Amino acid sequence: MSTTNNTFDRVVSILRDNDIDETIELTPDSTFEEIGLDSLAVVEIAMQCEDEFGITIEMEENPKTLGQFVDFVNSLLEKKE
Amino acid sequence: MIRTPLCDLVGIEYPIFQGGMAWIANAQLAAAVSNAGGLGIIAAGNAEAAWVRNQIQTVRTMTDRPFGVNIMLLSPFADEVAAVVAEEQVPVVVTGAGNPSKFMESWLAAGIKVIPVTPSVAMAKLVSRQGACAVIAEGGESGGHVGDLTTMCLVPQIVDTVGPNIPVVAAGGIADGRGIAASFMLGAVGVQVGTRFLVAKECTVHQNYKNHILKARDIDTMVTGKRLGHPVRSLKTPYTRQYAKYEYSTMSDEDLEALGAGALRRAAVDGDEKEGCYLAGQIASLVTREEPAADMIREMFAEAEQVLKGAGKWVK
Repeated sequence: MSTTNNTFDRVVSILRDNDIDETIELTPDSTFEEIGLDSLAVVEIAMQCEDEFGITIEMEENPKTLGQFVDFVNSLLEKKE
Repeated sequence: MIRTPLCDLVGIEYPIFQGGMAWIANAQLAAAVSNAGGLGIIAAGNAEAAWVRNQIQTVRTMTDRPFGVNIMLLSPFADEVAAVVAEEQVPVVVTGAGNPSKFMESWLAAGIKVIPVTPSVAMAKLVSRQGACAVIAEGGESGGHVGDLTTMCLVPQIVDTVGPNIPVVAAGGIADGRGIAASFMLGAVGVQVGTRFLVAKECTVHQNYKNHILKARDIDTMVTGKRLGHPVRSLKTPYTRQYAKYEYSTMSDEDLEALGAGALRRAAVDGDEKEGCYLAGQIASLVTREEPAADMIREMFAEAEQVLKGAGKWVK
């Protein structure tokens, strides 16, 4: 399994732990709006990802899609390595 | 006398902020509160940047003391207003209804003290890391845009997360000295009060709005707008009850959005009894008289002092 897929799955797992509507399919193209997350909820998810991945997420603007967010997390993980 | 680190941080006499109430908190109210020793705050709300600049320049003719501007981040003019406060180098910026991250750098570079409203621990953690000099922990008892957590639960959790280096201001459900004292017990070093200042003599909101607040009972507020992702607390009126019915009907989101558009302005400016939306906190029933902002502040802090001094009587 590639790092990208692994990160995606871990982010999805965090989202699922946050009472996301179970009927919503989560794909890299899913927007946070479709998932039902407002800016406050996105910050919440980002903070939980910081703990999960051991990184510091500084986002000037909230990403639009789940895929963009996962890419951003991966870029931080690469810098960490 | 009550004095906390927030007073020195912001340059105020009493550790109290006036809430940024859209269409209500203008230069007149902000100047009255600042002149009384608190921090008066102009609410940008959904207003255009030119109006905000005018209010900033007006308040400067009315007081030499520090004041703030509340920027509602959901506003379509948020970017322009963010630029105006930096250009005008306002002493304090308070943000609400969103994540202020993208503006932080420019505001800090302009020497502005940034104090975001944070309805969750995660947001408080994020903004304190980005240079916020204090945070406002606002519980869902407040009027206007609300989060889920109550002030009682939110304040100590945010204090534990960002304190003691980042001062915490408690907001939501505070209108007298008991509320101030309780906030301090939870670890806050200041309070933000909205609904009570709405009936200040200097507040230019429509008299009908003030009358609604003055006669409100304990159970007279409700939260609507959850379906659209932006819940707000307001007084129960035929308008809000009707809105709540539509919210749980098959009405489209677009139509629901259109139904709410302009409702606060109709209440605050026109005093519209039929189509106005009267935002207010749950503490409205404790607000029973119009008086100058300075009298409100003096009375609240005199009471808080008595409550805090008396708190030791339970310790045996």
